[in-house]
Amino acid sequence: MEKDIGPMTNSPLTPGIAPARLPAATYAANFADHTPPLDRHEARVAADRCYFCHDAPCITACPTAIDIPLFIRQIATGTPEAAATTIWSQNILGGMCARVCPTETLCEAACVREAAEGKPVEIGLLQRHATDVAMARGLHPFTRAAPTGKRVAVVGAGPAGLACAHRLALYGHDVVVLERRPKAGGLNEYGIASYKTTGGFAQAEVEWLLQIGGIEIRCGVELGRDVTLDQLRSDYAAVFLGIGLAGVNALRAAGEDLPGVRDAVDFIAELRQIPDLATLPVGRDVVVIGGGMTAVDAAVQSKLLGAENVTIVYRRGPERMSASRYEQDHAVQAGVRIIHNAAPLRVLGEGRVSAVEFGYTSDGPAGMTLLPETFTLKADQVFKAIGQTLTYAPEAAMVQSGKLVGPMRNVWVGGDCAAGGEDLTVTAVAEGRDAAEAIHVALTAG
Amino acid sequence: MANLSSDFIGIKSPNPFWLASAPPTDKKYNVERAFQAGWGGVVWKTLGAEGPPVVNVNGPRYGAVWGADRRLLGLNNIELITDRPLEVNLREIKEVKRKWRDRAMVISLMVPCDEDSWKDILHRIEDTEADGVELNFGCPHGMAERGMGSAVGQVPEYIEMVTAWVKKHSRMPCIVKLTPNITNILGPAEAAKRGGADAVSLINTINSITSVNLDSFSPEPMIDGKGTHGGYCGPAVKPIAMNMVAEIARGADTRGLPISGIGGITTWRDAAEFMALGAGNVQVCTAAMTYGFKIVEEMISGLSQYLDDKQISLNDLIGRAVPNVTDWQYLNLNYVAKAQIDQDLCIKCGRCYAACEDTSHQAIAMKPGRVFEVMDDECVACNLCVNVCPVEECITMVPMAKGSIDPRTGVKVGDYANWTTHPNNPGFAAE
Repeated sequence: MEKDIGPMTNSPLTPGIAPARLPAATYAANFADHTPPLDRHEARVAADRCYFCHDAPCITACPTAIDIPLFIRQIATGTPEAAATTIWSQNILGGMCARVCPTETLCEAACVREAAEGKPVEIGLLQRHATDVAMARGLHPFTRAAPTGKRVAVVGAGPAGLACAHRLALYGHDVVVLERRPKAGGLNEYGIASYKTTGGFAQAEVEWLLQIGGIEIRCGVELGRDVTLDQLRSDYAAVFLGIGLAGVNALRAAGEDLPGVRDAVDFIAELRQIPDLATLPVGRDVVVIGGGMTAVDAAVQSKLLGAENVTIVYRRGPERMSASRYEQDHAVQAGVRIIHNAAPLRVLGEGRVSAVEFGYTSDGPAGMTLLPETFTLKADQVFKAIGQTLTYAPEAAMVQSGKLVGPMRNVWVGGDCAAGGEDLTVTAVAEGRDAAEAIHVALTAG
Repeated sequence: MANLSSDFIGIKSPNPFWLASAPPTDKKYNVERAFQAGWGGVVWKTLGAEGPPVVNVNGPRYGAVWGADRRLLGLNNIELITDRPLEVNLREIKEVKRKWRDRAMVISLMVPCDEDSWKDILHRIEDTEADGVELNFGCPHGMAERGMGSAVGQVPEYIEMVTAWVKKHSRMPCIVKLTPNITNILGPAEAAKRGGADAVSLINTINSITSVNLDSFSPEPMIDGKGTHGGYCGPAVKPIAMNMVAEIARGADTRGLPISGIGGITTWRDAAEFMALGAGNVQVCTAAMTYGFKIVEEMISGLSQYLDDKQISLNDLIGRAVPNVTDWQYLNLNYVAKAQIDQDLCIKCGRCYAACEDTSHQAIAMKPGRVFEVMDDECVACNLCVNVCPVEECITMVPMAKGSIDPRTGVKVGDYANWTTHPNNPGFAAE
């Protein structure tokens, strides 16, 4: 980072980008489990609220179609282990999804008690309860089928790749997972706010998932750099690409290369890996540009690291933000200011960023227009969070609108890199799982 | 505010809510707390004959059945009659009655089935100034094995005999408490009436095992690995109790016999229902044991409001539903209703659909957007959809107008006609 790590006497008022803005103990409190798990009693009370709907709308709303009424009934009747099996049968990363899913826009939005009372059944928390209980008991309720002798390459050990690998291994195929980063997990490990997945859960879940057997993970291997798609095609019976979106969109505003301007995803990744949060420098005046979950995660965590002023600036209105209402509220409660309808014009600064100039926007049916009015926000750190892009470019036929499409010549795709579906962990899991099903059919046909 | 003053067989109380003979009325301390809370009267927990008191188990006495959110729906117990010395109970009864003159004080009794025992206990309680006695012919556990409680209540001849002894040796109003652990409640009720009872009270508790511990394989409540049947009470038994109350209220030989209604009464509404079915007053136990004595405040305010809203007196309420309790054979077979779903209230859970499609008449259509609609040409108006719907008033049964055509049968909705004159009735056709 830009600033040297000085003595631990900084405060939120220390100018520039500085570490140790807070007393040591405050970090632990700030980054503790954001939504603590339900204990057994709380889970029973929450489970009792489920109506066990017919063809339940929550199932339809879940990208992985978990049988939610069934698993809640299993919790209600004292068998959270059976509940976890129900969850994992559809979503092998059900533990992580329980933590990071925007349930307020998925299952819980569809819950009939949301319609009835504005208070949905706490599906996410119940899912976490079941999977936590079962994982704590060391349960992995799946047994690998007899080896088929078929080898499949999975590129990317993120949610899509892991879900794909587990399902393939379950069917007895041998899976080699290639991962460019030092650890498996993808955004579960390198993205996502730390307080959503505490206690090293991402790695614990990977370890747990690998209990199925038949999966080998090779870290530090990058597609395009260390291996080509053609090599994989010739070496393996099938290939799955779950490579995510490694690039970050540019602001296309003057001065965005000034020191102090950084990709939010890099900041979050560094935060997730740093052993001591007090050593992670953060600005006094932080500006986050963007309107998605990454923007919120970067902004809230900046605040939690001791930044004095954190502002999210989004070019459209609150209803257009891809961060859910719940996430926006969470940011505001954490002390983050959200400014809507403003787009960056210039990043200002002599030698390093000192402010960002924005222009107000108007978003109407005819599209977004820039208004003449402008304003300037003081900033010693700017995070860019206006979306990620595909960096790997395979043959042109596989790319549509900047995303991969498949299957094509024995290559399947899934997760954020794939066209279609929202860029959510749970969607990635669904796509990885479904690709595995398709691969299995292809490998066993004829 | 409606006047809730109650006169039940000459026993006056400021309201018709009494506490039933049970743990809440075992001693002065509890009863005084109950009176402070506003209860109209108590039936003191059953006294036994003089001598060493009975003993209770020293492990769990209660078992339970819960609904959602662990709401207590049913409770059973294996507690016996009072385990305190007779003279202590008598002294306390007298003290409480003197202090609380306006409240009803009835003493529950259970002694061996011989005239001298009853004569003796009646003689002993005379001095307490209690307002009446209730004969406990109901308890199904423990005492029944010793020839008391439901062992008496299950033999109408004994009921009549003991009741007659009581009337012979006491001038006190006599209420006979009936056990539901019989096949027809009318037998015991008629016997009580023949014996001279001033009233019956019912129901006592029902033989039950509430649950089985699946680790120790013992019934609950478990005492050192074993369990026994206990007496079941609470909201779960209310329907059983109300049927028995209604049977007595409309019975040819029991009609007019005052009834003190007991069985799962938890709210003013439950009490009003019992009274509409013929109960002159009600007795409460489980609700108080679940929530404490304070619930009587809701019972008082709720019943008052109801009577005011209806502009009727308490006496007008008593028995008001009895003429509408009939036998199945007299139900109007030409009454045709159809379920109707209020789409504005519907929360789209689909439980009506699952219930109807899987277990009933396939009369609800599930349309795109989770719109659930009743198909009148299939609906038999069974009411299951109403019963499983989580939203009150969302599904209602709408009667068809006379003269309209039932789309299910193609038959015109006609005048009243019942089974007794139905062509399919072999008894009728034979004539």
